Amino acid sequence: MDAVMSGDASIRTMAVVGTSGTLRVRALHAVRGDQAILCGLDLDVAAGELCAVMGVSGAGKTTVLRVVAALQPFSAGTVEVGGVALAPGAVPPESQLRALRRRVGVVFQSHALFEHLTALENVILAPVHALGRSRADATDAAMQLLESLGVAARAQAYPRQLSGGEAQRVAIARALAPDPQLLLMDEPTSALDPARRAALGDALRALALQGRGLLIVTHDAEFARAYADRVVVLSHGTIAEQGPAREVLTHPTHDATRELLT
Amino acid sequence: MDIATFIAQELGREPQFVQVAWASIEQSLARGDFTIGMSGLEDRPALHERFAVSLPYYEFREVLAVRAADSARVHSLADLRGRRVATLSATMAWEMLLAAKAAHGVVPVSYDDDVHPYSDLVSGRVDAVLLDHVLAERSLRRIGGFVIQPAPLARGHYVAVLAAGNEALRDSVNTTLRARMRDGSLERVFRSWKVWDADQAQFQQRMLRDSSSAGDTTISATATSASATQRAPGGPTTVTESSSMRTYLPALLRAAGITLALSILAMTLAIVVGIGVAAGRVYGARPVRALLTLYVEVIRGTPVLLQLFVLYYGLSDVVRLPAFAAAVIGLGLNYAAYESEIYRAALQAIPALQLEAARTLGLSEFQILRLVRGPQALRLALAPMTNDFVALLKDSSLVSVITVVELTKQTAIYATNVGSWAIPGALCALVYLAMSLPLSHMARRLEQRWTLS
Repeated sequence: MDAVMSGDASIRTMAVVGTSGTLRVRALHAVRGDQAILCGLDLDVAAGELCAVMGVSGAGKTTVLRVVAALQPFSAGTVEVGGVALAPGAVPPESQLRALRRRVGVVFQSHALFEHLTALENVILAPVHALGRSRADATDAAMQLLESLGVAARAQAYPRQLSGGEAQRVAIARALAPDPQLLLMDEPTSALDPARRAALGDALRALALQGRGLLIVTHDAEFARAYADRVVVLSHGTIAEQGPAREVLTHPTHDATRELLT
Repeated sequence: MDIATFIAQELGREPQFVQVAWASIEQSLARGDFTIGMSGLEDRPALHERFAVSLPYYEFREVLAVRAADSARVHSLADLRGRRVATLSATMAWEMLLAAKAAHGVVPVSYDDDVHPYSDLVSGRVDAVLLDHVLAERSLRRIGGFVIQPAPLARGHYVAVLAAGNEALRDSVNTTLRARMRDGSLERVFRSWKVWDADQAQFQQRMLRDSSSAGDTTISATATSASATQRAPGGPTTVTESSSMRTYLPALLRAAGITLALSILAMTLAIVVGIGVAAGRVYGARPVRALLTLYVEVIRGTPVLLQLFVLYYGLSDVVRLPAFAAAVIGLGLNYAAYESEIYRAALQAIPALQLEAARTLGLSEFQILRLVRGPQALRLALAPMTNDFVALLKDSSLVSVITVVELTKQTAIYATNVGSWAIPGALCALVYLAMSLPLSHMARRLEQRWTLS
């Protein structure tokens, strides 16, 4: 594996905007039709930081995630991941996105595992076909990942045979297999019982400790307060309030944040 | 038709002409579609077992037509080892060719009409045509470009047939025929058709002489034995139901093999082209999409029979495809249009999220199609593809129109020869089912495995 694990776990507590940035978003504008979804958003995620994006439905949370994952175009501003920049305008063809894809892993809310492949085959797909690793090496690495997430025993199962929690952990393993600097997750706790939420929180903290940046979109204030370093509250496409998770979610200063807590 | 008219006048009836396929005249008569069947109907022993048969009214000669370049070399079927010889299916000539296949290694090619054997002779698709001299001379006048060898390979007679039990009417027909031979009106009709010659004069004299000394049935029998003994040596004679099974079963199985091979090759072509067309319609640029849509609509909007005719006969000036290849290409390209629609629908049924997930993993568009979208679409397409293959298995019977003798055609030949569809039909159905049922079963199991796993 090459040196994509940049940064140092110790800086996560600083969570300072603009230093050692894994993700750097500036003045981001995105529209749907003639409706503005994001209006000049600035957002940073440092290496080793777990950042939670919150906000009521329609605030633009998922759009941020999709823009950073290069699944959706944006109209103005800059998006930069580990030194790789995305330009405004239409999403470029995949052949021009290789460097970005290498640096960004995505876990979808519904997991989106490939139904025709086993858990293990899902995880080794990108290492073998996108990165050209040997099947044996990729399988060893994938089994370690599945082991660390507690689903190694389910390696040969097909997605439809997995429980919601298992499917999510396989999806995390799949996103981590190419060893991205930044992991994006959409509503990771939406289908988990309390015990599973705690296990997920611990797993995400461990990933942050490895020096990865994590950006999660969530409605779950309790989860964010317990596990996120920083919370960014969106309202109408801009940041209403941001700061250390515990502080923002305990002493909200903005109506948008209060709305989330009721 | 002229003869039919004066027979009807004599009987005091108004003739009503019923158009049926020539090879089906006997079956239609047995069904009661009409009372008297006649139109180049060849006398043969089997006919007398099932029908009331009239006096022979015309004597024909089976003659060999060849290209001018071969006329000095080819005089008999023995000179045609390994060469393709055309004729109408279910005729005396066809039986002669089958016998010559065993004896001399000629390759019989069957046609459903009497024009294309000669045009294919001229164009080089076949090396000789064996048919009666009436058809041969008519084609020579119409299209020319070939030579009719003067020595006949066999002689036979045209008769009219009536349903068994209708002997009284048959005898009236015979009386009429004899009277018209005697007064020369039959000769005038034949002359007007340019099919009168010295042979006919001798034949009529013989008929009239025999009938003055004996009764009708004897004459029929004499004529029958005459035509039977004049056949090519080794030609099949009377076929009974049980012996016909033994004779035709190997032929049916061979034809089933052709049906299966044809279907598998055509389906393979359909799948390959179908995948290409579907991918082009989903991923291609606008002009590519428009072109492929046009292809799909033209193919689906026109009969496959027409497509086969165009491919085999229509394009023969540009590219002269062998019949089997034309059949594979015709059916394959036809089914490709249907397959492409299945694949296109299946590709579009894969959720966008699956494709987005694949993109975030850094796979190229082609890898996504090959590794994620295609395999999932294939699972969706499997059931309709199996249905299509079974349909293709059955549609392959259409290629008999371009001279490929497959299972249905072979069954039709069999049925015409034994004079019944009961056993041939049942056998044929069994063979089709033996091919299609395991396939449906296999597809169902595969589908179950994929959905349960």
